[in-house]
Amino acid sequence: MQMTPNAKPVLDVQGLTVRLPGGADRINAVENVSFAVSPGEIVCVVGESGSGKSVTAHAIMGLLPPRQLTVAGGRVLLEGDDILVKSRAAMRKIRGARIGMIFQEPMTALNPVMKVGDQIAEVLDIHTKLNERERRQRVLDVMGSVHLPEPERMIDVYPHQLSGGQRQRIMIAAALVLDPALLIADEPTTALDVTTQAQILKLIKELRERRNTGVLFITHDFGVVAEVAHRVVVMQHGRVVEQGTTEAVLRRPRDEYTRMLIRSVPSLSPPARRPLDDSVMVLQTKALTKTYTTGGLFTARHDVKAARDVNLIVCRGETLGVVGESGSGKSTVARCIARLIEPSDGAILIEGADVAKLSPRRLRPHRKRVQIVFQDPYRSLNPRRSVGAAITEGPVNFGMTESAAHERARELMRLVGLDADALTRFPHQFSGGQRQRICIARALAMEPELLVADEPVSALDVSVQAQVLSLIDDVRKRFNLAVLFITHDLRVAAQVCDRIAVMHRGEVVEEGPTTTVFGSPAHAYTRALLDSAPGRDFDFGQFDAE
Amino acid sequence: MTVEPALLAKETAAPRPKPGRTGRLGRDAGIIFGAAVLLLMTLIGICAPLLGTKNPSEINPAFRNRVPGIEQTIRNDDGNTTTFKYRMGTDSLGRDVYSRVVYGARVSLLIGIAVAVISIAIGLFIGLIAGYLRWVDAIVMRLMDGLMAIPAILLAIALVSLFRAGLLSVIIAIIIPEIPRVVRLVRSIVLSVREEPYVEAAIMAGTRTPLLLVRHILPNTIPALIVQGTFICANAILIEAILSFLGIGIPPETPTWGNIMAEGRGLFRIYPHNIFFPGLCLALTVLAVNVLGDGLRDRLDPKLARRM
Repeated sequence: MQMTPNAKPVLDVQGLTVRLPGGADRINAVENVSFAVSPGEIVCVVGESGSGKSVTAHAIMGLLPPRQLTVAGGRVLLEGDDILVKSRAAMRKIRGARIGMIFQEPMTALNPVMKVGDQIAEVLDIHTKLNERERRQRVLDVMGSVHLPEPERMIDVYPHQLSGGQRQRIMIAAALVLDPALLIADEPTTALDVTTQAQILKLIKELRERRNTGVLFITHDFGVVAEVAHRVVVMQHGRVVEQGTTEAVLRRPRDEYTRMLIRSVPSLSPPARRPLDDSVMVLQTKALTKTYTTGGLFTARHDVKAARDVNLIVCRGETLGVVGESGSGKSTVARCIARLIEPSDGAILIEGADVAKLSPRRLRPHRKRVQIVFQDPYRSLNPRRSVGAAITEGPVNFGMTESAAHERARELMRLVGLDADALTRFPHQFSGGQRQRICIARALAMEPELLVADEPVSALDVSVQAQVLSLIDDVRKRFNLAVLFITHDLRVAAQVCDRIAVMHRGEVVEEGPTTTVFGSPAHAYTRALLDSAPGRDFDFGQFDAE
Repeated sequence: MTVEPALLAKETAAPRPKPGRTGRLGRDAGIIFGAAVLLLMTLIGICAPLLGTKNPSEINPAFRNRVPGIEQTIRNDDGNTTTFKYRMGTDSLGRDVYSRVVYGARVSLLIGIAVAVISIAIGLFIGLIAGYLRWVDAIVMRLMDGLMAIPAILLAIALVSLFRAGLLSVIIAIIIPEIPRVVRLVRSIVLSVREEPYVEAAIMAGTRTPLLLVRHILPNTIPALIVQGTFICANAILIEAILSFLGIGIPPETPTWGNIMAEGRGLFRIYPHNIFFPGLCLALTVLAVNVLGDGLRDRLDPKLARRM
C-alpha cells in the first residue's frame, strides 16, 4: 500500500468543531478535529459509538441536522475550497458531483419504489445535462464498473429484488457515477455479511486505484482498518487521539486509548484450550429441522427450510460456537433449542429428555435448564420494570420466595461486576455493556445447565465486547455451564469457543475443535468465510517495541 | 479471564438529557384547556341543584317559549312574591332550559366516561387474547371486522330498539360499536410487543401466559388506550346526543343535551335558544375532550415523543 506522495489533499479538515445542543453530556460533538485525505488515499476514521466519527462525516457533507448540531469553528477544504461557508444551494451542487457518499444500511438508503437504474440516473439528471440515452449509457457503464452482473437487466429492477451486497454496489455506483474527488463511506459494510463485506472492500480499494478517488472511510472495525486503510484517524469523545499511517497506528500506537482499543480486537488465531475433564452431554440435537411455510389459502405454498438435519452436541463446561452468515439458520437453531419456537422435526435432548415437541405446560419444568442471552441489550430488558424485578422474575416463578430471590440477585449482580444496590434502578440507567451483564445475571438466576448466547456482543463496542466475552467465559468456568454461542464474528468465535459448527443455508457444513476449523478448514465454505475475515493477516495487539 | 476494573469504571451510563423546555408549554396548553373544561362540566353536573336551578322536568304551561333572560313573578299563597329568572328561556312546555342544560351535563358526561371505561376494559381483554393466542385471533378478528362493517349509528339504533329506552341500553348500544376499534388497537400493539426480546426472556423465565400478558405486554398499551379513551368519550357524547335527537335515546323526562335539542327542533327558527345553549355545551365539551386527547397523544405516544 503506497500513497501518492506530496499530492495536494482532496479533503483537508482543519480544527473542525461541532457544537452539541445545551444539556448534552459534553459541549462539543466534535472538537478541533484535523486530518487530510490525499487523492487515491483511503483514510479510516475509527472510534467507538459516541466518538463523533459520524458527526465529522456529516459535517463535511453539510448534512448536520439544522439547529441541533452547529459548526462552531474550523475549515473543511475540498480541493482547496472551504465548503463550510457554502450556501445550501452550493452544497447541493457539490454533493453527488464532487463528494460521493455511501451509507451503512443499503436498504434504507435506496428508495424502495424506484428502479435502481433510475436512482443512479437521478444523480446525472440533477448534475448534468445529458439526454435520456446518454444517461442510460453512463448508468450501464458505472454499474459494470462496480461488477454488477448483467447491468442491462439489473438497471430495471427494484431494490428489494437485490441482495444486500448488490444494493451496496448500487449505492457505490450512484456515488461514483460523476467521478467525485472524494468518497465518504459511513460504515458501508457494517450491515453486510463477512463474505459480502470482503467483496465490497475489494471493490472500494479497486475503484480508488482506478479513479484516484480519495476515500474517507468511517468504521468501528479494526479488521476493516487493517484491510483497506492507508492512514488511520482514531477518535474518542469527539477528539482525535492519534493519527498516522496504518502501520504506525496499528503496530506502534502511542495513545493509551488506541492501545486499549487494538488490544480489545479478538485475535483470529484460537488460543490453546484445555481439554474437558469430563464430557457429560447437556444438549444433543438429532436431525433438528425447522421449516417455515408461507402462502396458503390464495397463494402457492412455499416451504423454506431454515434449519435442516442439524446435529449438535454440547457438553458440560464446554462452549460450542455456531458460526454463519445471516440467513444461515444459526438463530433459528438457537431459538428452537430454547424452545421459543417449535421445531418441525427432530429431537432436542436436554440432559437426555426430549423437549422438541413438548406442549407449553409440559415444557415449563424444562425452562430452567436452558437460558438465553439476546443480541440487543436495549430491547431485552423491560423498560418499565426495575433490574431487580427482571432478575428475580424467573426464580419467583419457580417457587423461590421474593426475599431469597432478591438475595440471589444481589449476589449475581456482584458476580457480573455491577453494584448490588443498582437492583432498584431501571434499564435505561445502564449502558449497553452493563445491560448485557444484567441479562447474563438474569439467565444465571435460573441456574441453567445450558446458556444460549445469541450474538451477545454484536451490538457492543469493541472494548465493552472484550469485557462481556470474558464475563461469559468466567461464568462458564465457575458454574461448569454448557454454552451454545451463536455468532457471525469469526474473531469472537476463535476466542471463546472450544468447538465450532459452521452453518450455511440451514445446514451444518463443518464441525470440529476450534483450532482444527480455523487451522485446516475442511469445507470450501469455511475456507471462504475465513478468507473473507477483514484484517486476517494482521495480528492485533502485538505491538512493536519502541 | 477476569473483568478489568479500570475498564468497568469507564463504562458508566450517561443518562440521556431531557429534551429542552421550549415547546413544552405549547404542547401542554391543550391538556390544560381540555382538563379545565372537563373539570368545569363535571362540577356543573355534580352541583346542579346548587346552581340556581329548578326541577328540570317541571312543566309551566303559562310560560312557554320565552326568550332567555325573562323573569316570572309568582304570587305565593301568603301574599309574598318570588321572582324566577329564566336565564336561557323556556321550551315549548314551559320548562326551564337553563336547569335542563345543567342537569343534562350529568347524563352526557356519565355516558361519555362510562362508555370510554367499559369499552376499553372489554376491548383490552379481547385484544390481549386475540393478539397473543393465534387461534383465537382468526375467529375474534373476523367477528370484529363484521361489527365494524355496520355503521356505528345504525348499529346503536338497532340495539336501542331491542331494549327499553333508558340510560343503560343507550350505554350498551354505544359501547358495542366502539369495542372493535379498541380491540384492533390493542391487538396491533400486542403483535409488535410480543416479538420484543424482553417478552421472550420472560417466557424463558417460565412466566405463565396470564402474568406475562399483564406484566410485560399490557403496560405497553396504556398510553395508546388513554388517548383512544378520550376520543371514545367524545364520540359517545356525540352519539348519545344523536340518538336522543332522533328520539330513540334517553326518555325526555331525563334531560340530556341531545333531547333538549330534539325538543327545540320544531320551533328552531323562531326560538333558537332551545338548541343554541345545549348545542354550545355539547360542542365545548367534545372539543375539550378531543383537545385533551391530542395533547395526551403528543405526551404519551412514544413515536411522536421521539421526534421531539
